Amino acid sequence: MSQYLLSTYAVAGEVPGAPPTPEDMQLLMQRVIDLEAEMDATGTFVFGGRLYDPDAATVLRPGDGDVIMTDGPFAESKEHVAGFYIINADDLDAALAWADKVVAAINHPIEVRPFQATGRVADQMPGA
Amino acid sequence: MPERVTRTASADRGATNVERVFREAYGQAVATLVRLFGDITLAEDAVQDAFAVASDRWPTHGIPPNPAGWIITTARNRAIDVLRRSARGRALHEEIGAAATMSGGPDPDDWGEDGPVGDDQLRLIFTCCHPALRIEHQVALTLRLLGGLSVDEIARAFLVSEAAMAKRLVRAKYKIKAARIPYRIPTEADLPERLRSVLSVVYLIYNTGADDPERAAMRGDAIRLGRALVALMPDEPEAAGLLALMLLSEARMPARRAEGDLVLLRAQDRSRWDRALIEEGHSIVRGCIRRDRPGPYQLQAAIQAVHCDAASFEATDWQQIVALYDHLLSFLPTPVVALNRAIALGETEGPEAALTALDAVASDLDNYHLLHAARGAMLRRLEEWDAAKAAYERAAHLAVTETDRRFLAQQISVLAGGLTEHPPD
Repeated sequence: MSQYLLSTYAVAGEVPGAPPTPEDMQLLMQRVIDLEAEMDATGTFVFGGRLYDPDAATVLRPGDGDVIMTDGPFAESKEHVAGFYIINADDLDAALAWADKVVAAINHPIEVRPFQATGRVADQMPGA
Repeated sequence: MPERVTRTASADRGATNVERVFREAYGQAVATLVRLFGDITLAEDAVQDAFAVASDRWPTHGIPPNPAGWIITTARNRAIDVLRRSARGRALHEEIGAAATMSGGPDPDDWGEDGPVGDDQLRLIFTCCHPALRIEHQVALTLRLLGGLSVDEIARAFLVSEAAMAKRLVRAKYKIKAARIPYRIPTEADLPERLRSVLSVVYLIYNTGADDPERAAMRGDAIRLGRALVALMPDEPEAAGLLALMLLSEARMPARRAEGDLVLLRAQDRSRWDRALIEEGHSIVRGCIRRDRPGPYQLQAAIQAVHCDAASFEATDWQQIVALYDHLLSFLPTPVVALNRAIALGETEGPEAALTALDAVASDLDNYHLLHAARGAMLRRLEEWDAAKAAYERAAHLAVTETDRRFLAQQISVLAGGLTEHPPD
C-alpha cells in the first residue's frame, strides 16, 4: 500500500474557488464531511489538516555556533500549502481517483505527491 | 565511417542482423521484464546486457531460432543475478519466485506476438503514455522502451541534446516508480482519455519511421501496436482510424522512394502500391464511416483512402479531399492541417488560391520546411522562377532528413538551370 499527500494551495492568502456565501460554505463543508466518511469507510484516510497563514510562520537556520531565527515563511512565494490529506492508495490511479473527488468537493486545485511515512527514523535503520 | 569500411563483409552482416533483431525484440523484452520484475530501470539494464551478450555471440554462433525469446531468457537471468547481489533485491526475488511458481513459471520461448508479450507491451504503453506524465516524456519513454531507440536517436528526433533527453527519461522513470504509475490496461471508464495519448504516441512513432528509412522498423512497431490496440478496443473508432491511416500510408511506401530519392505523390508508380494493405485500410475506413463517430484519425485515414482509390494523380477526387480537410480542421484546427488543406486547394482552385491559404499559416510555420516547399511548388506552377527557387532554398535550409534535403536541392538546381518550361515535379 502506498501513501500520497493531497495538498491544497492558497494564493496570496486567498483560496481560489472559495465559496462566496456562508450557505455555500455550509454545502462545501458537508461535501468534505461526506467525502472523509467515504475515505474512512474504505481505509483511505490516514491524516488531514489545515495550515495557518504563512504570516504565522517562523524559520530557524543553523548559524555560527547558534541558531538564527527569522519571522515569516521559508519561501517567499505567492502560493502556500493551505491544507492536506495523507491517504492510502494502491497506486497513482487510485490516488488520482480520490484526488478527483477532493477537487469536486472543494472546487480548488490540489497537488498529488507520493508520500513515504518513515515513522521513527531509528525504526528504518538496518537491524532495528 | 572509416571503422565500418574496415570491417569484413560477414561481420558487418552479423552486426546488421543483431541490429534488426534489437529493433524487433527490444520492446517485447523490456515489457516482459517489467512485468516480471516491476522495475523499468532493472528491465532496461538487463535487456541491454542481454543484447551485449548477443552482439558478442550471434555474429559467430549464429542467431538463435527465437531471438526475442533468447533475449528475454538471458535478460531475465541477468536481472535475477542483479537482484541476488543486492540485499534489498533478495526479498523481491523471493516474491517473484513465488509468483512464477504459482503461474507455472514463465516460459518466454513459447511466447508469440499475440501471446502474453503483446499484452505486456500494451500494459507498458499505457504506463508510458499515462496522463500524469508530460507529453514529451510520454513520447520519449515509448520510443525508448517500446521502440528500442537509443537515447541519442530520440534526442535527435526532438532536436535536444543527448544529455537533456537522458535527463528527461530518468525523470519520467523516477516518477513512474516513486508515484507508482500502474503497469496495466486502464479500466473501461478511463479508456477514452488514456487512449488519446496512446494513439498520438503510436502515430508519432510511425512518422519517425516514415521520415527516415534507417528507422523503417519503427513503422512496423507502430502498426503492430496499432493492431493490438484495435484488438483490445474493437469499439473505439479512433484506434481503427489510426490503424487504417498507418496501413494506407504504408501501402504507398514502396513508391515513395526511387534509388533512395523522394518521389512525390504526383510522380509515384502506383503499380508499386501494396494492394493488400490498401484493401485492408479501405475496409477499416468503410467500417468507420458506417459507425459514424468521426474523429481526427478516421478523417486522416479517409483522406489517405481517397488518394489510394485514385488511378492517377489527376484522377484524384480533390474536392472530396478538401472537404475532408475542412472536416478535419473542425477537430484539429492546427497550422499543419491548414497547410495540407492549402496544398489540396492547389489542385481544386489552382496555385494562387493555394498561396493565399499558405500565407495565412506562414507566420506559424516559418520554420517548417514543408511550408516553404509547398510555396516553392505553387510559385513554380505560376512560373515565378526566382521566388520559387528562394522558397525551395529556405525549405532545404530547414529540412531535417538527408532525403528531403537531396530532393529540395534537385528542385533548386532545376530552377537554377533556367528552365522556362514547367519542370517535372
